[in-house]
Amino acid sequence: MRVLIAKPGLDGHDRGAKVVAQALRDAGVEVVYSGLKRTPDEIVHEAIQEDVDVVGLSVLSGAHLLLSRRVLEGLRAYGADEIEVVVGGIIPPRDVEELQKLGVARVFPMGTPLPDIVAAFTKEASQR
Amino acid sequence: MKELRAHAGFPIKPLYGPEDTTDVDCERDVGRPGEFPFTRGIHPTMYRERLWTMRQYVGFGTPSETNSRFKYLMAHGQDALNVAFDLPTQLGLDSDDPRAEGEVGRVGMAIDTLADMEDAFAGIPLDRVSVSLTINGMAAPITAMYYVVAEKQGAAADRVVTTPQNDILKEFVARGTWVYPVEPSLRLVADLIEFSAKRYPRSNPVSVCGYHIREAGCTTAQEMAYGLLIAAAYVERVRARGIPVDDFAPRISFNFTAWGKIFEEVAKFRAGRRLYARMLRERFGATNPRSWMLRTLIGGGGSAFVFQEPENNIVRGAYIALAAALAGAQTMALPTYDEAYTIPSAKAQLIALRTMQICAEESGAADTVDPLGGSYYVEALTNAMEKQILEEMARVEGMGGIVEAVKSGALQAEVARQAYRFEQKLVSGEIPKVGANCYVGDTPAAADREVELYAFDPKVAAAQLARLERIRRDRDGGAVTRALARLRDAARTTSNLMDPIVEAVKAYATLGEIARAMKDVFGEYKEPVTF
Repeated sequence: MRVLIAKPGLDGHDRGAKVVAQALRDAGVEVVYSGLKRTPDEIVHEAIQEDVDVVGLSVLSGAHLLLSRRVLEGLRAYGADEIEVVVGGIIPPRDVEELQKLGVARVFPMGTPLPDIVAAFTKEASQR
Repeated sequence: MKELRAHAGFPIKPLYGPEDTTDVDCERDVGRPGEFPFTRGIHPTMYRERLWTMRQYVGFGTPSETNSRFKYLMAHGQDALNVAFDLPTQLGLDSDDPRAEGEVGRVGMAIDTLADMEDAFAGIPLDRVSVSLTINGMAAPITAMYYVVAEKQGAAADRVVTTPQNDILKEFVARGTWVYPVEPSLRLVADLIEFSAKRYPRSNPVSVCGYHIREAGCTTAQEMAYGLLIAAAYVERVRARGIPVDDFAPRISFNFTAWGKIFEEVAKFRAGRRLYARMLRERFGATNPRSWMLRTLIGGGGSAFVFQEPENNIVRGAYIALAAALAGAQTMALPTYDEAYTIPSAKAQLIALRTMQICAEESGAADTVDPLGGSYYVEALTNAMEKQILEEMARVEGMGGIVEAVKSGALQAEVARQAYRFEQKLVSGEIPKVGANCYVGDTPAAADREVELYAFDPKVAAAQLARLERIRRDRDGGAVTRALARLRDAARTTSNLMDPIVEAVKAYATLGEIARAMKDVFGEYKEPVTF
């Protein structure tokens, strides 16, 4: 299981992204972290280049719908839509369903316990 | 008995007595308030003569929407403003930049040109209201806009009181609104400090923030240690220009959080004040007592708050206000109970303001100076905290000093490690959060129903774009080009960039154009990606 944890858009808050990255690494997942302020295009390229199974987007600025859509479209455009996209951050409850409709596999809104996030990834891995 | 530790790491005993304060030299370490080393507070009478300033963080949508919220809070007794800018503004991107799509007016107000700043402060007299600007990488141009608006209002320069955050080092460690590489970024910080010290003597041209680094995950002692080291780095840079320390140090201000254990927080500020006073007097040779004072905003920190059962955050906010009052805050700001969900509603902001007012007027916390001074526990904690802060400072010196530690990413990595450790303690329950990891009921907390969610209006961006287009069309293009060329040329020298920036602002150059002119010379920061 290889995961790219990515920060799309202009949001500079990376505490959550780095905590999840460390927790996944401790759980035996191979983790790549993009760094801040990546464009959706850059994330798509990094995901393909790093040959990851999942992209985890972290967005706290409120721009999650637009940014997630762009990443999903980008992956599709490169025929890489077998790469799953999950999203975490300040995601209002009303947007969770909206994200899933776009094709986001899982959403981890604020308040999601860390072990639940890790479990979602490791369960995924065991099914592959 | 369960072992307990402070967030700073040292153990907390079940009882403290005289034997725990034998190493406290009352005269040397505690002293009197208003006197070196200011352990008990920076003023002799503290809140009996002047209450802390109340300053909620506000900004969203267009400048005129933000202007209305400012006026709402001022009508309810808020006496100072704290402005939030949207991310494109914080990063020097115009609202019509492709990278700004979806972010215009979202987490703060959008500023593209001087015209927006004029709208934001229309009807707000800048010679009477003090205004904090939460702006860092773009502090120089945004503060220039503010100064020009004040000038246009007819405010005398020596009556203008603004506090741009202008703390770029903490942006590299926490908040992430960096633009240029570390060295030119530090130059801009020093340019604004120098310019303000000379022309706007009551401005506070830097607000050194331990706050955001704590929000990013570091401990209490690290928060204070990093804040002190960052302040020292700025003092060194400005002094290196031949400016005497007492010419600018009295206007340095700070921003820290107080959301943890109340007594530990109080001890953090008591220890921090005395360490800062000693550093400025002994290491930097400051002789003006005002240079020795750690003047600070004490805020809440959204990371104290819990997503589950959001109304409980109102109670948490009240404890933060109490801690800040007992710690001797000059200015206070509280997070709002709905912050984990949304841009704060007007109601939530009013509750936060009322919380501070109740603390000030009803609780008695403001009745006397440093009410916890002399407590065996708090004096022992203050000493323990001082020792821990010094250890954390020494660790950073071991990384080559704060600037090198930021450049290499070593400090960022340490903060990320601490954040992970903190999260593990939340998972284990070692750090309790009521309603989240203890006393969790059978029914999951209802979320959406209890919080009024901010409805982001996409029309905001359209309006902002139309306005920007109109200004680009109506301004004198030749004047803009000349001003930007002058700024670019000045950036290649070592001269202060504030005058050419002011000139560009007055010509209605956009923030993006000003930022790009400097980017042409400085390049962009490349983040050392570590976790």
